[in-house]
Amino acid sequence: MHTNAATTEHNPALRHHFADMTQQKNSASLGMWLFLVTEIMFFGGMFCAYLIYRLAYFNDFGAASTSLSLKLGTINTIVLLLSSLTVVLAVNAAQRGKQKLLFFYLIATIVLGCTFLGIKAVEYHDKFVEHHVPGPDFHFVAEHPEGHSEQAPVNQQHAQMFFSLYFVMTGMHAIHMIIGVGLFSGLAYQAWKGRYDRNYNTPVENAGLYWHFVDVVWIYLFPLLYLISRHH
Amino acid sequence: MAGHEHNEHSIGFYVVILFALLALTGLTVGAALVNLHAWNPVVALAIASIKAMLVVLFFMHVKGASEKMTKVVIFSGIFFLLLLLGLTMADYGTRLWT
Repeated sequence: MHTNAATTEHNPALRHHFADMTQQKNSASLGMWLFLVTEIMFFGGMFCAYLIYRLAYFNDFGAASTSLSLKLGTINTIVLLLSSLTVVLAVNAAQRGKQKLLFFYLIATIVLGCTFLGIKAVEYHDKFVEHHVPGPDFHFVAEHPEGHSEQAPVNQQHAQMFFSLYFVMTGMHAIHMIIGVGLFSGLAYQAWKGRYDRNYNTPVENAGLYWHFVDVVWIYLFPLLYLISRHH
Repeated sequence: MAGHEHNEHSIGFYVVILFALLALTGLTVGAALVNLHAWNPVVALAIASIKAMLVVLFFMHVKGASEKMTKVVIFSGIFFLLLLLGLTMADYGTRLWT
């Protein structure tokens, strides 16, 4: 009865249809990447719509973009990049079997994720107050910087298209962030119970991949939504 | 049981990557405030792509990944994204009648 145990070193986390832990981990990682490819295409459709209307309504998009808060957008970019560091350090801690450190970095990631969402909520609130939310109450007046007061008035329909894309793209991104915070809360609970160690930490790695992917989406959203018309 | 992969970097390495990402964020904001004419979007997207590459290669451990199929999957994803964007632009960019 006990002879096999010594030779195969059966890890309790190993599913029986995998040969060993490495194969199981590689399969899970590949599956996660396949999922992320579907996510690339999901966000890709929205980026494609953005590209079409950005080129069609060039000046109106530029004017609408300047009403976003560059300061809050930049702060959020920094918050998200910091969270990517805490995620990679969490994965690193898990791989080294440091369970308390893993728990700490998971909590730090959740805190940074919530900070991002909080700042995003402030930005959304500002847009509602300014009547920049597409719909019957939409009203957009471009702020003219000095020396540029004679610009053509902004087309309201075109400006609404910018804000529609802004809310859909950042909204889908924010939903992904909320799911990410949920995933990391689950991981933190499991990590607290000591579920992950040196030999088994695939959920941490795959949730990390998801978080980094959401970070990459923001890396493109930030210049396309906030930075397109800041020079005068 | 080759349990430990070679994708374990030191904490200092990850911090260096983070600082590179933060520096590039500063650079892209700075570049956006300067009028580079047609080059503004090019510079912005180039910097974003460098940042994305740093995240994918080092934070997502694609560089040195033990599963070789991962790279095939990623390239196919990027390929189909560029196909989507490229062919759409080939269409909209040549609609002379609108």
